[in-house]
Amino acid sequence: MLEIKNLHVKLEEEDKQILKGVDLTVEAGKVHAIMGPNGSGKSTLSYVLSGKDGYEVTEGTATLDGEDILEMEPEERAAAGLFLAFQYPVEIPGVGNMTFLRTAVNAQRKARGEDEISASDFLKLVRERAASLEIDADMLKRPVNVGFSGGEKKRNEILQMAMLEPKMCILDETDSGLDVDAMKLVAHGVNALRDQGRGFLVITHYQRLLDHIKPDVVHIMSNGRIIKTGGPELALEVEKNGYADMKAEVA
Amino acid sequence: MALPQVKQTATEARLAAMTRPDGAKWITEIREAALARVSDMGLPGARDEYWKYTRPETLVQPEAPQAATFDDDDEQLFHEFDRLKVVFVDGVFSAEDSDDLTLEGIEISRLADVATQDIHWAKDLYGTLETNGQTPVQRPLAALNTAYAADGIVIRVTGAPSKPVNLIYEHRATGSDVLLHHVIKVEEGAEFTLLENGPAAARLNKVLEVDIADTGKFHHIRAQGRDHERRAATHIFARLGRESAFKSFTMTANGALTRNECVIELTGDDAIAHVAGACVGDGDFVHDDTVFITHDAENCESRQVFKKVLRNGAVGVFQGKILVKAGAQKTDGYQISQSLLLDGDSQFLAKPELEIYADDVACSHGSTSGAIDETALFYLRSRGLPHGIATDLLTLAFLAEAVQEIEDQDLQAEINTRIERWLERRRG
Ligand SMILES: Nc1ncnc2c1ncn2[C@@H]1O[C@H](COP(=O)(O)OP(=O)(O)O)[C@@H](O)[C@H]1O
Ligand SMILES: [Mg+2]
Repeated sequence: MLEIKNLHVKLEEEDKQILKGVDLTVEAGKVHAIMGPNGSGKSTLSYVLSGKDGYEVTEGTATLDGEDILEMEPEERAAAGLFLAFQYPVEIPGVGNMTFLRTAVNAQRKARGEDEISASDFLKLVRERAASLEIDADMLKRPVNVGFSGGEKKRNEILQMAMLEPKMCILDETDSGLDVDAMKLVAHGVNALRDQGRGFLVITHYQRLLDHIKPDVVHIMSNGRIIKTGGPELALEVEKNGYADMKAEVA
Repeated sequence: MALPQVKQTATEARLAAMTRPDGAKWITEIREAALARVSDMGLPGARDEYWKYTRPETLVQPEAPQAATFDDDDEQLFHEFDRLKVVFVDGVFSAEDSDDLTLEGIEISRLADVATQDIHWAKDLYGTLETNGQTPVQRPLAALNTAYAADGIVIRVTGAPSKPVNLIYEHRATGSDVLLHHVIKVEEGAEFTLLENGPAAARLNKVLEVDIADTGKFHHIRAQGRDHERRAATHIFARLGRESAFKSFTMTANGALTRNECVIELTGDDAIAHVAGACVGDGDFVHDDTVFITHDAENCESRQVFKKVLRNGAVGVFQGKILVKAGAQKTDGYQISQSLLLDGDSQFLAKPELEIYADDVACSHGSTSGAIDETALFYLRSRGLPHGIATDLLTLAFLAEAVQEIEDQDLQAEINTRIERWLERRRG
């Protein structure tokens, strides 16, 4: 589904190489986890895939179901089925959460040549999916992420994901800042979407989340590269020994 | 003191081109006094401090610059609201297009009729607030209006009329040069909503004087536009009695030059004055909000909320002042003026001022100018919103603080929809 080959990325503004040849393939229906120390380039990878300005791809490719996504506008990538749950969800004063969700759902439908969702169907769907994430009516009415707690913001990301039903979901440290209960809600939200052939790329620091979202493959990223790939046991190894040993192995 | 030669010449040229309307003795006296004020002050010139950011020449010159009439393909604003329509065509009241002017709790007359009556209550109000508003800053275009305006609406509110009065302006002649003067008296405990919309003329000079007695309430929602070539100088003069409220909101779309002055005096304790504006300009657009609020009583609240969206070289100006007189304790004054510049060509010029002579007051003011928030824009686009729709959503969000000053939720929605459509049209 998502195929990243030899991806090299530098900052547009300065001569700083951040990704130094990333290779990664996420198959339909699979959950891949990326772990790695701070500053290793995990968020950068997620931003480059979703089309944020400020980065320059100097080498390599990234395709979604065979389509080159790096050439697309961010909204085209979204319509193609890519979704990023942000590490730091953005507050947007003055834009109601509900308006935002409806506009997004309809924009994607339109881009795919589908009809807009009716107001009542939409409302029903939001209420149902919000309820399972314990997002109340008040949070839906408020401006996007404004005044939300850290946990509320992360749950709001998952709600957007649930509404947009993307085929490839990237979650950037969705677990950080969550207490155990909130993490279970988020994991439950992800697992609910897991069937139906969706691909997931879960970026995390902790084994904790992976207890609830069981990964098929675990990658370790360090200094702009995937330095090790393995099964779920790799996450347990990191939990026990940290990254130092692995870094030494490749060095 | 003699006027500078340039000003003297410009003023004389303009006055020579005008004809004073006929009227009863009382109004003729008021008009003559106003004319004397104009001659004393001279009309605004490019060197006047109060016109530092906006060039007054086209508002002053004898002939109005031509302006194409605007055929609106959209439904008339407020058309779904129950309202009493009063229509002016190129500045002349049209009985044919207007509703019957009778409504319980309110007396509505035409200025042209009132002016011929030997005696009328408007005698104590017409030109009075304008005269008071000439200090400490001169507003010669308003005095010119008092001297020469032949038409307008004269309203006395004694109760709570069941619907708003909607002044609708139509612009049919490309060279129409219009003066309109409205006078509104809100009696004790009365409450009234005034709506205004429609392109009025090639060049409009409009004065609205509002006197609100103790505990009276006045709501005002005005829309200017979407005609492109209009030039307009408008003045609102309001006096507020004890525990009264004045809430005025203006939406402006397009217009070669619009200068909206609002002069408010809080003269009774515990009164509230809110004045807000949202404007959207694209290209050949100059919009100037000039506000002067005087607190001359205790425990009054004033709010100024002005937002401007500017693109393709549009220019926005804000001059806002809060003057708190000695003795106006417990004043709560708030002022914010902000612009959203959608490109590098547009500019926003702001001059916020506070002048305070009382010690127990809370006043704050702020002014900002900025571009669209790129982080928010990316967030929206990453959810599938196309660039244009995402920008519009953020633009509406930017204007929201001003639009939300409209108390009535339905009217608020009506205005929002219009702004949305304006943005949509530009998105193509
Ligand atoms: N826009 C940027 N400007 C400057 N440095 C950046 C920018 N984006 C990323 N970096 C740098 O790139 C490296 C990788 O960052 P990031 O992708 O956020 O890592 P991670 O998510 O793995 O913690 C860090 O050294 C970070 O400082
Ligand atoms: Mg990160």
